Amino acid sequence: MSFAVDPLLEGGIGLAEVLIVLAKTLIAFGLLLLGVILMIWFERKLISDFQNRVGPNKAGPWGLFQTLADGLKLIMKEDLIPAKADRRMFILAPFLSAVPAFVVFSVIPIGGAFDGEQTGTIRVFGHETYMQLADPPIGVLLILALSSIAVYGVMLAGWSSGSKYSLLGAVRGTAQMVSYEAALGLAVVTVVMLAGSLSTHSIVVSQSGSGYQLFGDFGIPRWNVIATGVVPFVVFLIAATAELNRPPFDLVEAEQELVGGFHTEYSSFRFALFYLAEFMNTITMSAIIVTLFLGGPAGPTYFGPGWLWGVIWFSLKLFVFLFAFVWARATLPRFRYDQLMNIGWKVMIPLALGWILLLASINIGRDEDWPMWAVVGVSFLVLVVGWGTLSLAVEQAQRRRIAALDDEEAFI
Amino acid sequence: MGYLDGFRVTFKKLFEERLTRDYSKHTTGGKRVKPVRLHGRHVLNRYEDGMEKCIGCELCAGVCPARCIYVRGADNPPDDPVSPGERYGYIYEINYLRCIHCDLCVEACPTEAITESKLFEFSFTNRNDAIYTKAELVVDDEGLPQRLPWEDWSDLADVAPHTSAWMRATSPSGSAAYEGRVQWSGELGFGVRASEQGQSLPESEAEAGIAEADAIFSHPGEPGGHDTTHAPTGSSAGGEEGHH
Repeated sequence: MSFAVDPLLEGGIGLAEVLIVLAKTLIAFGLLLLGVILMIWFERKLISDFQNRVGPNKAGPWGLFQTLADGLKLIMKEDLIPAKADRRMFILAPFLSAVPAFVVFSVIPIGGAFDGEQTGTIRVFGHETYMQLADPPIGVLLILALSSIAVYGVMLAGWSSGSKYSLLGAVRGTAQMVSYEAALGLAVVTVVMLAGSLSTHSIVVSQSGSGYQLFGDFGIPRWNVIATGVVPFVVFLIAATAELNRPPFDLVEAEQELVGGFHTEYSSFRFALFYLAEFMNTITMSAIIVTLFLGGPAGPTYFGPGWLWGVIWFSLKLFVFLFAFVWARATLPRFRYDQLMNIGWKVMIPLALGWILLLASINIGRDEDWPMWAVVGVSFLVLVVGWGTLSLAVEQAQRRRIAALDDEEAFI
Repeated sequence: MGYLDGFRVTFKKLFEERLTRDYSKHTTGGKRVKPVRLHGRHVLNRYEDGMEKCIGCELCAGVCPARCIYVRGADNPPDDPVSPGERYGYIYEINYLRCIHCDLCVEACPTEAITESKLFEFSFTNRNDAIYTKAELVVDDEGLPQRLPWEDWSDLADVAPHTSAWMRATSPSGSAAYEGRVQWSGELGFGVRASEQGQSLPESEAEAGIAEADAIFSHPGEPGGHDTTHAPTGSSAGGEEGHH
């Protein structure tokens, strides 16, 4: 692909390039931290609104500094490591949670003009670059890999705490995150197939401009959410919520049952790191959804600097998802553990797999000039047959399990 | 869309009016208007001439079910008396870690010395502060309760004057028939307070009740125990159970 590498790094790398990258790192870091502070405030305020409360309103105007106050409080607190804890793992775990949350953000394009022929480059001191910290050719893979590392944070935290509640939370969390990781990955595959690249920048470029003209200039944007047929988007959204351990998938923390789950034994700054990572993950995951399915910063530019419009579009789209996550938290009750596993393995993964087959066959059909109706028809037939077989298998397994239970009871 | 109905419900909540009042800010709702008979922190009242009403009889301490009141009476110094009578409350302490605000002390008090105000902020931080002494309980020279450092006085004008509301809201002896009859002495800074209105019997019954009350109160010189001889004979309206 022609856009696979940041134009900043083409040619030689001198002091100027290094300084620009350093500056971008600082900006990305600062933006993300600021975003998290605002997100925590936003979530607390919004969830209060949903629950007909007022929410934090004492620290600063509208309680804006509540997060800072909380953070300060946490840092001042005693840093306690339980006697039964595995010290090294206990200390490592919060960082395993927080660091991937930071790193994922580096591959997210947060601005730049993606209108028409523009490909989101900006000029900084005479150097062309993208408005994202890094654009590795394997950007999407990096995201998936890092979100897998975050699982270790949860797992090691629970295991090393030496507490049964933490361990239960960690076991639940690991099972949940591993299960939904599969559905998440499969949903991403459809996007990658369409864009033909793993680079986040290329994925955004492939979605820029209006693809399907409806009335004159106005058309449906070429976003992947439509191009992949909505289903992968829905699967990704649900799997992402599960990956984030956000309600209704917050079995990991489940404060009513597990007193906080994996971070029960954590206090002070180590707890703050988990807390930070949780909200940071919410932001980065929303940013990933926006990038993969809603065209990231792509959108029309009107007046003024084009890159600013990219930032505006990106922020708006991001905001929609942040709002949606809070809304879901305010509305949905937590899933039962068996429901969670059922949805993950028996619905999400088969659905995502089937959809990949469908999209792949359509792609191949288009390349080989097969009649489209035949391709779609046969694919749907295969999907229906596959779904039927799966349901039969599930049903059969259930019947056997009940029969086995009855046998056991006969012995008792 | 059965599964998504919940989202509509929560979304509607966004635009609903908040019922929360900003406690600390008087401008945005502030503290609630207190009920007339709220049992709050006690005050020890003074007569209009500045004398303390308390005579150190310890009836309040005796009646207190939580045993939170400690009183010691002493003879008034002849040259500088604290109260108009023979004796006065030399020590008066109420432990607010024990007080249940039942108001029995107020009912027991023969001189209306102790009443309850509408102050309710007992946010002291140690056990010693929980014991209010005479310094905290006796009203100041304007007849207002003492201002304690842990109390919020932003609604001073609303709360401070209501130091003996319970008594004025209730008719003597608990009978509605006596409503409007002032049976209490004046207070420093406020004079003789008017009675609270609003719990009258229907007018016809009230008249009968007043006649009955007059029959009783027209013999103020009699000791309480002899009231039975003057009790109304023909009427059954009103209850005089308190006068035995």
